[in-house]
Amino acid sequence: MASNEEILAGLAEIVNEETGLAPEAVELDKSFTDDLDIDSISMMTIVVNAEEKFDVKIPDEEVKNLKTVGDAVSFIAGAQA
Amino acid sequence: MARKVVITGLGATTPIGGDVPTMWKNALKGVSGAHTLTDDWVEKYDLPVHFAAKVTTPASEVLSRVEAKRMDPSTQFAVVAAREAWKDSGIEEIDHDRLAVAFATGIGGVWTLLDAWDTLREKGPRRVLPMTVPMLMPNGPAAAVSLDLGARAGAHTPVSACASGTEALHIALELIRSGKADVVMAGGAEAAIHPLPMASFSAMQALSKRNDSPETASRPYDVNRDGFVMGEGAGALVLEAEEHALARGARIYGELAGTSVTADAYHITAPDPEGLGATRALKAALFDARALPEDVVHVNAHATSTPVGDRPEYTALKAALGDHVNNVCVSATKSQTGHLLGASGAVESVMTVLAVYHRLAPVTINLENQDPEIPLDVVTGTPRELPEGEVMALNNSFGFGGHNAVVAIRSTGPKVELPN
Repeated sequence: MASNEEILAGLAEIVNEETGLAPEAVELDKSFTDDLDIDSISMMTIVVNAEEKFDVKIPDEEVKNLKTVGDAVSFIAGAQA
Repeated sequence: MARKVVITGLGATTPIGGDVPTMWKNALKGVSGAHTLTDDWVEKYDLPVHFAAKVTTPASEVLSRVEAKRMDPSTQFAVVAAREAWKDSGIEEIDHDRLAVAFATGIGGVWTLLDAWDTLREKGPRRVLPMTVPMLMPNGPAAAVSLDLGARAGAHTPVSACASGTEALHIALELIRSGKADVVMAGGAEAAIHPLPMASFSAMQALSKRNDSPETASRPYDVNRDGFVMGEGAGALVLEAEEHALARGARIYGELAGTSVTADAYHITAPDPEGLGATRALKAALFDARALPEDVVHVNAHATSTPVGDRPEYTALKAALGDHVNNVCVSATKSQTGHLLGASGAVESVMTVLAVYHRLAPVTINLENQDPEIPLDVVTGTPRELPEGEVMALNNSFGFGGHNAVVAIRSTGPKVELPN
């Protein structure tokens, strides 16, 4: 079971790998689209990689609710519980 | 009067050099880009052929990590070569609605496709990455180059196996002549040094099996040739309406004077033994260039080093050029680069343009005992000086499926000395 801090760090790593954004830029209150400029295909790539890394399932209909990095961290933490 | 089309930019990433100056220096010297493969899959799948001609400069050394991640290796090569050609052209301002792309591939995103297939089988559909389709599609290289340059007058992808790269120049010429574009980034890219294409080409006995001596395996016209050597990379040419190039004071390498494409309609893989389709392509390219056989001084031959392929090309050259074939010097540069499949026509067109510009034909290596049935004047040992006056050179490319493509390059000025 990963802590929220660990999930955030792991997510930041995935976002960095996909977009080149510095991991420090991936903060809880940042919006994937408005702040991090992540397009839908990159978002889906991040979801696929997050599912693998955290061993969770993020249903397609859930992805649109993950507006901020914090939303994603909470969802992953909940899914792992 | 058709618009005249000139060449103003060149780019390449190849097994004998990661850019045009390096490739050309090596092509004149005569080096082999073929080496023993160190990839674990060679042993893992017990492949019968253990060598290939990989690019000297991996695309990862040129592109950023994030850029490369979103591109199949074939597209990476295309973008590397196209950026070099664009920079070389010196174009700074352009009407992007008048800029087109014609970028070919023979096989397309085979690495992406098969990696995704492995992921699907091992981890299930949830793990297949969303970028899989845009990365594997054969128009990937053309689309990526169009995005990179902001080329909005259409992005075309001729797919005609090993004739693809040359067919791209044919399309580019038509786009400019017909007035649909003023500038076209034309080229070809291939990245198929993957176990599946290696196994498939081996299965059809197309690849050389000279595992103990990869550097001497690609030997076009030699009596002991036993197949081609798989290569990879990309070539790119900036083609421009002459008035557009003159208006901006561009450096002009030469004229893309004529092109042609024909089909054998004879056999899916074997070339027509009489070379009839290739003959028609040669004659049509000369006609298109409003040229006579006597104008031709040099040919960059398709010459892949297969036992059955090299001879019909000679037959076709003889039929199209008549006795003048004896006055033409021929370079088989696949002896150095290996066979870049859908990129070969583009890379060899770059070499043909440079041969005309510098009046120097590159060398053919590994020709020890010339096939007596192919009595061509092959350039070996040292580069051959071409005549000082106006010259024309041809580049031939033929592909599985019976595709024949020929381009004719004409000089537009006196010989330009090589830079030191």
